[in-house]
Amino acid sequence: MATHTEQVSLNRKQRSGIWDWITTVDHKKVGILYFLAGFFFFLLAGLEAVIIRVQLIYPELNIVSAQTFNELITMHGTTMIFLAAMPIFLGLMNCIVPLQIGARDVAFPFMNALGLWLFIFGGLLLNLSWFLGGAPDAGWTAYAPLSTDYSGTSGMDFYVLGLQIAGFGTLMGGINFLVTIINMRAPGMSFMRMPMFSWATFVTSALILFAFPPLTIGFFLLMFDRFFGSNFFVADAGGNVIIWEHIFWIFGHPEVYILILPAFGILSEVIPTFSRKRLFGYSAMVFATALIAFLGFMVWAHHMFTTGLGPVANSIFAVATMTIAIPTGVKIFNWLFTMWGGQIRFPTANLWAVAFIPSFLIGGMTGVMLSVAPADYHYHDTYFVVAHFHYVIVGGSVFGIFAGMYFWWPRIFGKMLNETLGKWHFWTFFVGFHLTFFPQHFLGLMGMPRRVFTFLEGQQLELGNFISSIGSFLMTIGSIILIINIIMTQAKKEVAEYDPWDGRTLDWAIPIPTPVYNFAQLPLVKGLDPLWVEKMNGNNKMTPAEPLDDIHMPNSSILPFVMSLCFFIASFGFIYDVLIVAILGIAGFFFCMLLRSLIDDHGYYIKKEELAPVVDEGGKA
Amino acid sequence: MSAEQTSTLPQYPEKATLEGRNKFLGLWFFLGGETALFATLFGTYLGLRNSTAGGPTAQELFSLPLVFIMTVILLVSSLTSVLAVMAMRRKDMKGIIRWFIVTVILGLSFLGLEIYEFYEYTHAGLRWSESAFASAFYTLLGTHGAHVAFGCGWITALIVRNFRRPLDTYNAPKFYLASLYWHFIDVVWVFIFSLVYLLGVI
Repeated sequence: MATHTEQVSLNRKQRSGIWDWITTVDHKKVGILYFLAGFFFFLLAGLEAVIIRVQLIYPELNIVSAQTFNELITMHGTTMIFLAAMPIFLGLMNCIVPLQIGARDVAFPFMNALGLWLFIFGGLLLNLSWFLGGAPDAGWTAYAPLSTDYSGTSGMDFYVLGLQIAGFGTLMGGINFLVTIINMRAPGMSFMRMPMFSWATFVTSALILFAFPPLTIGFFLLMFDRFFGSNFFVADAGGNVIIWEHIFWIFGHPEVYILILPAFGILSEVIPTFSRKRLFGYSAMVFATALIAFLGFMVWAHHMFTTGLGPVANSIFAVATMTIAIPTGVKIFNWLFTMWGGQIRFPTANLWAVAFIPSFLIGGMTGVMLSVAPADYHYHDTYFVVAHFHYVIVGGSVFGIFAGMYFWWPRIFGKMLNETLGKWHFWTFFVGFHLTFFPQHFLGLMGMPRRVFTFLEGQQLELGNFISSIGSFLMTIGSIILIINIIMTQAKKEVAEYDPWDGRTLDWAIPIPTPVYNFAQLPLVKGLDPLWVEKMNGNNKMTPAEPLDDIHMPNSSILPFVMSLCFFIASFGFIYDVLIVAILGIAGFFFCMLLRSLIDDHGYYIKKEELAPVVDEGGKA
Repeated sequence: MSAEQTSTLPQYPEKATLEGRNKFLGLWFFLGGETALFATLFGTYLGLRNSTAGGPTAQELFSLPLVFIMTVILLVSSLTSVLAVMAMRRKDMKGIIRWFIVTVILGLSFLGLEIYEFYEYTHAGLRWSESAFASAFYTLLGTHGAHVAFGCGWITALIVRNFRRPLDTYNAPKFYLASLYWHFIDVVWVFIFSLVYLLGVI
């Protein structure tokens, strides 16, 4: 190691401004970029949702055309799932997980940055479709042949390529977290001492690893059918459209667990912290998380009960689906038991966490209702389904995201979000959410199909739709309050104090703002909730596991940005049938890979002399 | 670096550094994802293999002798990449380079035969848009072939870069990973041989 130090310590370059952000491989900055881009797409998809609700506020309105409505629902779903919820979670994971497990970095900082830029360019490509001849219009599920023969615009081309690129990025993020968590935990941090959010990240990454490759193939098949005249989904030539449904849901069902497991993890951090108790049933929580992920891979056909797979297949998938309620129930009860007898505080973060439990529970129970195959013949493709998945994704994932945001904002951005505005945000959004989606259960049971752009008068659908739209306006107000809160917080100068929530895990054992190397000395982990263990022993900081030494850091690089840009350019070549552009783009990508392979990159070292003063400060705080 | 430094290399230089161990584990996970990817392609192919829509069928097209030669070539190339890794155990960089060159040559001959095979099938009437069977066949085989081509490019880049360099803990993981990847595409071919060709001629 000593010889390397001399060779490479001089290579360190100080970069600034935009260039620094574009070339960064620091997991904290990558996380912030993931978070900000995800939040931008969250607002965009939210805007699309409001337009949908405005169109449906009264019967037989024509504020948007049926075609635009199809584009709105497709883009709302696709953006929320692929470009908002997942990246925000990936952002939180990037910012928090290395700190929680006591690592200085992630396993693959370069690939992590590549994943980020692939997601950003994929999302950009997808959303450019609005300005280039119309957005995708076949629903977020893109069932063939609706997405092949019956989609008139080039929108689905953008869908296939944009999501393909973003999907590559997500896969890279998944592999990165798996290896980071296995190989880079601090001394003493055994698997069963790992915080639940890190566990959730680990299991989610495994889901990503096995769920995204089938989607990659699905998108390739769809792309080949659309661009190159293959026959996968062309019935005349022997193709079979059911294959798309299978491939999509083999990805799609694990995907919904990718969206909820990190939220479970956040809750398992927030609730113990604000109950001043360790998590009830930690090992059961770990086991339940893994079991949900495992079962999540064998229930995909419950999305296809009405496809006609037959009673045997339907029964098997129905029973498998119902079993998922067991580990999920374990989690719900463990959160309740964690709060039981605790010294509960209710800052905004905990409000969101506590509101999550009943809201998600309602979504879970309608899920069990939907898993009953014969009953599903009635619910299928109605607003009942819409109500169900919004209860689990908004009442679950989004509430979890908000809890995590208020909780970790001082860790990530170094400042405290305003609590008063936070409570306004909570109550408007929480009430708005239930107003919007609770009536949709009944609309569905009364027969209102999903994805219709309007409804008729005199079918008792007016009241439910009206309440639902009013609720969505309330959620909009809540989101605007959140934006104001974020802007005000970032504008003020006041910096958050060390360990603002009286935290339990390693992520709170670091000075604010987080130094670039995270830990000057790796901490020695002595138990579950390591910081709390030290506090109970009368220490306010971690015991170091190693003497102060030079710290190895990776060099930043522009290649991830350029590689993603190459795919972005190549996509336009495919969409507009200019083969040379497509070839050049892909060749550019491989050329960058070659550069990465040929140019040695040993990183640089931060000298221990540079660390010493920082360590003292951290200790005092 | 001198020969002395090379001899101080640990027994397993590819896993001597944290970076090496990370790459090792990361590639295994990547191969896990690739397994799901190829499983999806195999599933699609098996679903569509009889959907010939009046075009040529598998029985009419497949010729086992050619496929047998391709299989032998690819299996031997897996063996030569093992010989390269054994040279790494002896810390013999020349041996590593030599055996990887043989591996790439075998990989390229495999690709040559595959292109010839596709050319023959196309002239026998199995064009890409002929039927769902044709699309599924060319996509599965083509994805595998693209992996072989990528592997050849990857190993060639490693050979060129390290031609005059000693073995160290920085380049050892790179060679080791390339050989792991190469075994994986070999294993995929074994499945293609049984599920596509053998099942096709029965």
